[in-house]
Amino acid sequence: MTTFIIRRLLQAIPVLIGVTILVFSLMHLTPGNPAVIMAGESAPQATVQAIEERLGLNDPLHIQYFNFLGNALQLDLGTSIRDNIPVFDHVQSRFLITLELSVYSMIFAIVLGLLAGIVSAVRQYTISDVVIMIVALFGLSMPNFWLGLMLIQWFSINLGWFSPTGWGDPDQIVLPVIALGTAGAAIIARMTRSSMLDVISQDYIRTARAKGVKERVVIFRHALKNAMIPVVTVIGLQFGYFLAGSVLTESVFAINGLGRLIIDSILQRDFPVVQGAILVIAVTFVLVNLAVDISYRFLNKRIDLN
Amino acid sequence: MSENILDINDLRTSFFVEGNEIKAVDGVTFQVPKGKTLGIVGESGSGKSISALSILQLIENPGKIVGGSINFKGEELTKAKNSRMRDIRGNEISMIFQEPMTSLNPVYTIGQQLRESYKIHEGLGKKEGTKRAIEMLELVGIPSPEKRINQYPYELSGGMRQRVMIAMALACKPELLIADEPTTALDVTIQAQILELIKELQDEIGMSVVMITHDLGVVAETCDYVAVMYCGKVVEYADVETLFANPKHPYTVGLLNSLPRHDVDQDELVPIKGNVPAPDEMPTGCRFAPRCPHASDICSKLPGLETQEDGNDVRCWIYTEEWDGEKGVKVYDRESTT
Amino acid sequence: MTENPLLKVENLKQYFPIKGGLLGRTVNNVKAVDDISFTIGRGETVSVVGESGCGKSTTGRAILRLDEPTEGKIEFDGKDVLGKNASEMRSMRSEMQIIFQDPYASLNPRKTVRQTLNEAMDIHNIVPKKERNDRIIELMETVGLQKHQIDRFPHEFSGGQRQRIGIARALSVNPKLIICDEAVSALDVSIQAQVLNLLKRLQREMGLTYLFIAHDLGVVRHISDRIIVMYLGKIVEIGDTKSIFENPQHPYTKALLSAIPVPDPKKKSERIFLRGDVPSPIDPPTGCRFHTRCPFATDKCRDVVPELEEKDEIYKGKHSVACHYALDIQQGKHKPKYNMTDVRKSLDEEGTDNQSTQKEVEKARK
Repeated sequence: MTTFIIRRLLQAIPVLIGVTILVFSLMHLTPGNPAVIMAGESAPQATVQAIEERLGLNDPLHIQYFNFLGNALQLDLGTSIRDNIPVFDHVQSRFLITLELSVYSMIFAIVLGLLAGIVSAVRQYTISDVVIMIVALFGLSMPNFWLGLMLIQWFSINLGWFSPTGWGDPDQIVLPVIALGTAGAAIIARMTRSSMLDVISQDYIRTARAKGVKERVVIFRHALKNAMIPVVTVIGLQFGYFLAGSVLTESVFAINGLGRLIIDSILQRDFPVVQGAILVIAVTFVLVNLAVDISYRFLNKRIDLN
Repeated sequence: MSENILDINDLRTSFFVEGNEIKAVDGVTFQVPKGKTLGIVGESGSGKSISALSILQLIENPGKIVGGSINFKGEELTKAKNSRMRDIRGNEISMIFQEPMTSLNPVYTIGQQLRESYKIHEGLGKKEGTKRAIEMLELVGIPSPEKRINQYPYELSGGMRQRVMIAMALACKPELLIADEPTTALDVTIQAQILELIKELQDEIGMSVVMITHDLGVVAETCDYVAVMYCGKVVEYADVETLFANPKHPYTVGLLNSLPRHDVDQDELVPIKGNVPAPDEMPTGCRFAPRCPHASDICSKLPGLETQEDGNDVRCWIYTEEWDGEKGVKVYDRESTT
Repeated sequence: MTENPLLKVENLKQYFPIKGGLLGRTVNNVKAVDDISFTIGRGETVSVVGESGCGKSTTGRAILRLDEPTEGKIEFDGKDVLGKNASEMRSMRSEMQIIFQDPYASLNPRKTVRQTLNEAMDIHNIVPKKERNDRIIELMETVGLQKHQIDRFPHEFSGGQRQRIGIARALSVNPKLIICDEAVSALDVSIQAQVLNLLKRLQREMGLTYLFIAHDLGVVRHISDRIIVMYLGKIVEIGDTKSIFENPQHPYTKALLSAIPVPDPKKKSERIFLRGDVPSPIDPPTGCRFHTRCPFATDKCRDVVPELEEKDEIYKGKHSVACHYALDIQQGKHKPKYNMTDVRKSLDEEGTDNQSTQKEVEKARK
């Protein structure tokens, strides 16, 4: 187990390096001089030179990269072009909101998805199964920004139950979480269903029934833990989509999260902030996947053998 | 005959697939005398495993028990409530299966799985349950059970897993053990251990056993009585010595004649011709008639399971007044086979 | 029989590397087959028996070079098998065919009987295209299939019939040797008997040679002329069928034979129970590989590998055994250390997970 964790940690290093290279090249892949783009077409030469100076754009590319990497390791992501506040501070406060949104949506998706998937599997081919699977198909096919708009239309404007914007109070949280979590719930429900169906037909489930175990216990104790093994992988992958999906959801609900920060910064051509925000998201994604890998391993003891 | 612990009468279990009824168990009748071992022998598709699962009502959708009675110590199991069936399972009647590699839950330790039986049926806590689990593992000859109890199934060999299955099945000292091909997946030397172990534990606990197998050798070695099944029906039922010395049904004879023996020299095997009929081509009369070397006109009608002079129950027209085929036909010729 | 044999296997070794560690290097080997030698005469049926993990199937695969052997020499019909390049090997394969346990898995589900047989003949270009159809029908009749089934797919046949298709495919290229790898193990007894009779008839009519790999000793006694008993990658005993069954010399063979249930309730044989499970072929025991489970084992067995040799004058040329004490046990001079007929005595030994080792082999093969 320890060897496994060490090996996974070591394997994460090249991935993280790749991520930093990609994020770093963002600025340089955009056509034209990044300083001009940031300053604006009509900016005076002096402003452009000042930006070039500040961002070290005159240094050779690899030096720039190593500076970027070195600073990033010390949590120094540069400063914003617009307001001169360190990018790290920008990102930090916004990141927590996005993390909250993602985690709440995740919890919503897991609870709803697992329950729906289990019911569907246990009642295979009944009305509840069919209904759940149709609803899941809808949930899966709906873009989250559209779902968000619909939710605002019904529950905020028509019914007035929830606040349509902002983040923090319970009535502000419900709609964005549903908007962001529904697709994940649908995917988890479908995965749980097929995984449960597979597990339920296994010999050891018959063994459990032959022991006199109650059906409820058969499902939740004997089947679910085994069925969770593939579902955990899906959940881990979902987390990445939640982080990405939050960009749109935050815009729809006017939440001051990382996603919105990215969009705003792109519109304002504030490259250091864009870089910093994307780097944080990417690193979070890699770390979550690492955690999933390890928990997968923990759930599935049999892998130890190989 | 002594008192029967299990008395099955005209049991019918069917599977309903796409509007068709597949009669997997089609009117099965047999008895298990108390403290004895009944072997149910037959080839694949004979319905022997489904019969066994029916006893514990472990038939899953789209299968269903559609008729007949299962009488266990005077209690009618086909009418028992779910909660009563759960009390019986693993407590009064236990079952072990063919595949020891997949029959244990891979994500729980041996100890957790054993303790569960004690918790369900005797309400024992962790400490007491662990103590009993260790005793049980010792009983089935698992070395250093204190260590094994914390291991996962994948850490054990096939033979050892089957012994854990036996320990689990016998945890609550059941009165009846149903063993569904318990050694088919194991090597012969391990099979010998497992069969011997079941026999010893049977004497110790005083339980009755239903041994389901396709192996006539296993039947001869472990059983007191035998029911031979073919296409969902019992075609012959007898005590083991009578069955092997004087088999009556042409199918039983066919099985014995096609068996290559390791203990004697044989010249040529005498196989049964043809194949087991597909479910949708099942003859309405005697199921074995299309493959039977003696079949006659009357075999297009279904014979009953009739008791013969020497105690065999046989489902064959040859042994009835109505027989219209060759008189005095010799179904089993000892000399030609040994 | 040993003069001008059809197949000669010398010092065959088949190791499968196990990858592991941080860098995925070869950390060890599964010694599936470890230095075995035997011959098969023309028209003979030789069986290889043993329990799972003994290396019997690996031996069959190595002879056909389905897995590339690690070491050794294989001579078929006087020709060196391992020295052949890919195309020479392909033409040689028409003389050596294999039939597997699971006929369903080894037949292409999308091909009819006609296509399957045609393809086999095509690869080796055996029969002129015009005569193929007649040959296919002839083959089908030979193995007991009906002519009208020629355009049916594998799923339309029962298990026994599918095995007949497998046999027809093997026969289609006029082989000299057929390796039957558990070819009848998956079949019900009544069907198994049909297929065994078929194999015997084909041998009589076509002078085929069989290498028969099986775990069912009833089947083996019925079909074989000679028998090779393997344990953990080594041959422990080799001899005439009658001699092996009626006078087994190696303690393992004795235990194996005694373990088979006899289909006659009046014959209760004395059973020898072995201790524990088969050890892992990754780190097989030193000396005699069977010493960890043998009731007769001594220090010598632990240290010295016994040679496969004829122990007794009466068995000259008929029966060899790899056991230091075969003669002494026979003459009652060497006694077992514990009561071999007590099952409890056999259960108190630690074992390894043999089936997972099987999986290791599967993995290493890929």
